[in-house]
Amino acid sequence: MNSAEMTPPDLPARPAPLPRLLLSAFLAAVLFTLITGLAYPLLTTTVAGVLFPQQAGGSLITRGGQVVGSAVLGQNFTAPQYLHGRPSMTNKTDGSGPQPYNAENSGASNWGPTNAKLAEAVRERVAAVRRENGLGAGTPVPVDLATASGSGLDPDITLAGALLQVNRIAQARNLTPAQVEGVIRAHFTPRQLSVLGEPRVNVLAVNLALDGAR
Amino acid sequence: MAWLQFLVLLAVMAALVVPVGNWLYSVFASEPHTAPERLTYRLLGMNPQEGMDWKRYGLVLVVSNLFLLLVAYLLLRLQGLLPWNPAGLSAQAPDLAWNTVVSFLTNTNWQAYSGEQSLSYFSQMAVITTFMFTSAATGLAAAAAFMRGLVGRSGTSLGNFWVDVTRIIYRVLLPLSFLLALVFVWQGMPQTLSPYATATTLEGATQRIALGPVASLETIKHLGTNGGGFFSMNAAHPFENPTPLTNALHILSMLLLPAALTYTFGRLLGNLKQGWVIFGGMLVLFLGFLTTVYSFEQAGNPILSRLGADQTITATQAGGNMEGKEVRFGIAQTALFATTTTAATTGSVDSMHDSYTGMGGFVPMTQMMLNNVFGGDGVGFINFVQYLVLGVFIAGLMVGRTPEFLGKKVEAREVKLVMLAVLAHPLSILGFTALAVVLPDALKSLNNPGPHGFSEILYAYTSGTANNGSAFAGLGANTPFYNLTIGLAMLVGRYLTLLPMLAVAGLLAAKRRVPVSSGTLPTDTVLFGGLTVFVILIVGALTFLPALTLGPVADHLQMLKGVVLQ
Repeated sequence: MNSAEMTPPDLPARPAPLPRLLLSAFLAAVLFTLITGLAYPLLTTTVAGVLFPQQAGGSLITRGGQVVGSAVLGQNFTAPQYLHGRPSMTNKTDGSGPQPYNAENSGASNWGPTNAKLAEAVRERVAAVRRENGLGAGTPVPVDLATASGSGLDPDITLAGALLQVNRIAQARNLTPAQVEGVIRAHFTPRQLSVLGEPRVNVLAVNLALDGAR
Repeated sequence: MAWLQFLVLLAVMAALVVPVGNWLYSVFASEPHTAPERLTYRLLGMNPQEGMDWKRYGLVLVVSNLFLLLVAYLLLRLQGLLPWNPAGLSAQAPDLAWNTVVSFLTNTNWQAYSGEQSLSYFSQMAVITTFMFTSAATGLAAAAAFMRGLVGRSGTSLGNFWVDVTRIIYRVLLPLSFLLALVFVWQGMPQTLSPYATATTLEGATQRIALGPVASLETIKHLGTNGGGFFSMNAAHPFENPTPLTNALHILSMLLLPAALTYTFGRLLGNLKQGWVIFGGMLVLFLGFLTTVYSFEQAGNPILSRLGADQTITATQAGGNMEGKEVRFGIAQTALFATTTTAATTGSVDSMHDSYTGMGGFVPMTQMMLNNVFGGDGVGFINFVQYLVLGVFIAGLMVGRTPEFLGKKVEAREVKLVMLAVLAHPLSILGFTALAVVLPDALKSLNNPGPHGFSEILYAYTSGTANNGSAFAGLGANTPFYNLTIGLAMLVGRYLTLLPMLAVAGLLAAKRRVPVSSGTLPTDTVLFGGLTVFVILIVGALTFLPALTLGPVADHLQMLKGVVLQ
């Protein structure tokens, strides 16, 4: 193996004087800002906009000419006829109080494992899930429905979390549980490339399908 | 399934080491220059044939960084007057802008601000994205110079800083970032200059959706081991990380260049085995940490189980401690991401580390304290070599011989410089943490009580000093005290490592080679790799275990006992 080609250039008799060096450094800061900070992102924006306009614009979903959400973001569901997503800890944009699934101000609880606030929140969420879905006290609740996500915008829940809501949704919509479960399973996403990530159900996709089936 | 996923991703990572290592080798070689590179040298008015000794190389590195800092600070403070600001965001306050520019300059990417609330599209591109390229290129250039010094067949020249930076940006970072950005957009990442969208949800509520040129930032964020997010919740945000595939690509991007550098070094040295020994040492540490964080997070939080949350693995859920985590990644990919981001000192997060179990949070913190498990672009390699030098020194003491490293005698001056770099790191972490915990005002920023609150502060200074940038994000760090002190910790961590180690390389380069004798300790063996790992763990444990015991260990023990703190 020959590493002669790695030999760096020799030291000059006199290196460039300091004012010269300062000017080079200033020009470099400006030049690299123009190339990496403007030319590169703007070129990427143009090319991505041509190749994947839908995704580049935020994967927005429109129904009847109106934007109803983004396919990759969650949104807040509380009505009984809808599949509910995970608890979200996002706040209002001005920070004045909670506003779940605020896609302008992502956020999480950042509560540690022994924080009493976490324990209290989980206690309330577990109780709410049991109450809304007519489950007995002591029924275990899937952890994704009892804990808040990292982004506050998690679009997915587990299959366990979705199946647990089938009866409530069916009742509210006058459908059979089998029909509701069919819609959920039709929107079940397995591991990507069979190995990456975890299987999941996109909440907004299921709810759009439920509304469409009505 | 989790282990299969780890195996697949780490196999892909390992398979990329040789081709990318060869590529970097050609980038670090001196000839030929391409046309855009020659044009750049002309525009900057510098001579690519000018070699630099370690002092000159260090000076040019610092001066170039200084001007980047000034230009970026100006742009941030003038944000209100600049274009592409559809949300009408005003400029950051001076202390916050200082923290931001130092953070991105030093490849730390600590964020005391929330991206969608604080930075215009222009700032995200012209300030943040630019820094992501230049700080990664600075780290890689320093590594190139450092390697040339260690190999040292050339007298005192370590190469030319401008040439190294220009080639790394043009030949490696820009093309890779562009191609990967298109893959990311295909998977669902936005890349637009359109203003924030407004949706009417199915339940009739209004949802404002923050957008922006996200993908072009996300690629260099990880290729450059930077880590600063476009959005507040970083790679947990579905727009920064829409699918498990993007998560996997994020992980691979972070490891790509730090892992490949070990091979580049082996080739440069004419001893591939030496490169693989370094790679192996890093991988062993990595696997140990990955196993730890995965096991503890998957086991979950017994307090939540008692309250009725089901954290077990079943056919229909992946279970585990899911507070602050995303369903699409589950525990396995989250653990791999957390291990990678703190190993490669990237600092992005796809989950909230603050909500990990005590021992789950122990892993990211410890890896940043060690700071050399692959490490950031360029600097991780340099940090690992610190410990190789320390390893030959300790082994030399044991057998009573003057230690040699790569055919050069390691003497008092080199060891002193290495120790300066090794000691500046804990001094900054523990010193600033100690200062913060005795200041009542600093304690007001805590989001959690008890040992976990202490962990938040310890994590902040560890992350700053290690130039990582991830956080126990509950800490309200946007106060003048934290902005200033974490800013200082970032500077100490960056330049008090880079400059002494460049000096070591310069000193070694100037020394004559000593012939290999029967008394030479070979450094390209599994035995020596093991010794180095051992030195890293012992030095790390002696330095940091007391603080770690007060924070994450105590936290975990309380959690197991079911203690809940107000």
